Amino acid sequence: MSFWEYANPRRFMAFTDRVMGPAFVLAAVALSVGLVWGFFFTPDDFRQGSTVKIIYLHVPSAFMAINIWVMMLVTSLIWLIRRHHVSALAAKAAAPVGVTMTLIALMTGAIWGQPMWGTFWAWDPRLTSFLILFLFYLGYMALWSAIEDPDTAADLTSVLCLVGSVFAFLSRYAVNFWNQGLHQGASLSMDAEENISDVFWFPLLVCLAGFFFLFLALVLLRTRTEIRKRRAHAITLRERAA
Amino acid sequence: MKGLKKQRRIQVIVVAFAALVASFGMFYIAAPDALQFFRSPSEVAETPPPPDEVFRIGGLVADGTLVRGQGETITFSVTDGGAIIPVSYTGVLPDLFGEGEGMVGTGRYIDGVFQASEILARHDETYMPSEVIDALKAQGVYQEPNG
Repeated sequence: MSFWEYANPRRFMAFTDRVMGPAFVLAAVALSVGLVWGFFFTPDDFRQGSTVKIIYLHVPSAFMAINIWVMMLVTSLIWLIRRHHVSALAAKAAAPVGVTMTLIALMTGAIWGQPMWGTFWAWDPRLTSFLILFLFYLGYMALWSAIEDPDTAADLTSVLCLVGSVFAFLSRYAVNFWNQGLHQGASLSMDAEENISDVFWFPLLVCLAGFFFLFLALVLLRTRTEIRKRRAHAITLRERAA
Repeated sequence: MKGLKKQRRIQVIVVAFAALVASFGMFYIAAPDALQFFRSPSEVAETPPPPDEVFRIGGLVADGTLVRGQGETITFSVTDGGAIIPVSYTGVLPDLFGEGEGMVGTGRYIDGVFQASEILARHDETYMPSEVIDALKAQGVYQEPNG
């Protein structure tokens, strides 16, 4: 069976019906284990004290904010090339989840920055490109609701998603080439064991898994809702015509 | 996109991607000098900005230079391994500020002294429990990170 058969709405609904429940359960388990472990059972950092604990929210939400845009980029490209409606609806469904993650990352970053850096906000390259990504999310959602025809809306939002991906990648890689910025290097890199002590790293991994499964469950739920809305709309049109 | 055949759609997307990669590349090329968040002490020592220019300076607080004077005024030197620039500042310092730590200051360079109006601490990506550091220090094997 080919992967593309899930582009059939009926197949997609049947498959996700089985996947969604376990995803919610995994999200709940991983988030409660990871956050409780991180907040109550980890020691204080040697310079930051207990303020370090905000990484259990900040790092996973920022990670997801960027990766959700990349997921929207992939589904938008599938829509543009193969014209699968489910793919376009998945991108539409992911945006509100993504914007929430971006907002969580911005707010936790500000709360961490005030005592640590001495400021809530600085026009550092990484922070700025992340703020632009947040604005792109808002614009993306606004564009979806501004256009009545669903196919035109899917086309135009897909193009917007292509453009916005520049800032998604910039906010991830900004620290690599703007080394004279305020934000520290990536907490999540392949050599992370050297930077982050294991006692902080393991609960962080659990939180990352929790955020990922939460996103998966929410995006499936929202995509299913969008598909049902399309069906309801089609039925209304048919009844009106009859 | 609506009226186009699949092959033409792919062509359009490839062209769009090339444009986006080019714009990303322009950020990459422009980043080192055009979009600097702060200047290093070496850059300031080489080409000292005029006293009326407000800019940011960033580097490490040099060991043994931090002096808390009368009132709230403090002085220290900032270094990047090359040049050393003295800094004077009046105000509250962030938690992470200290000798050997990174900092970014906003202010003017007047008569060889950087008069800061705002000081931010810079944090590197090392996270370690304080107990581990205390143990390492007790054994005498702890080395200050050069972040």
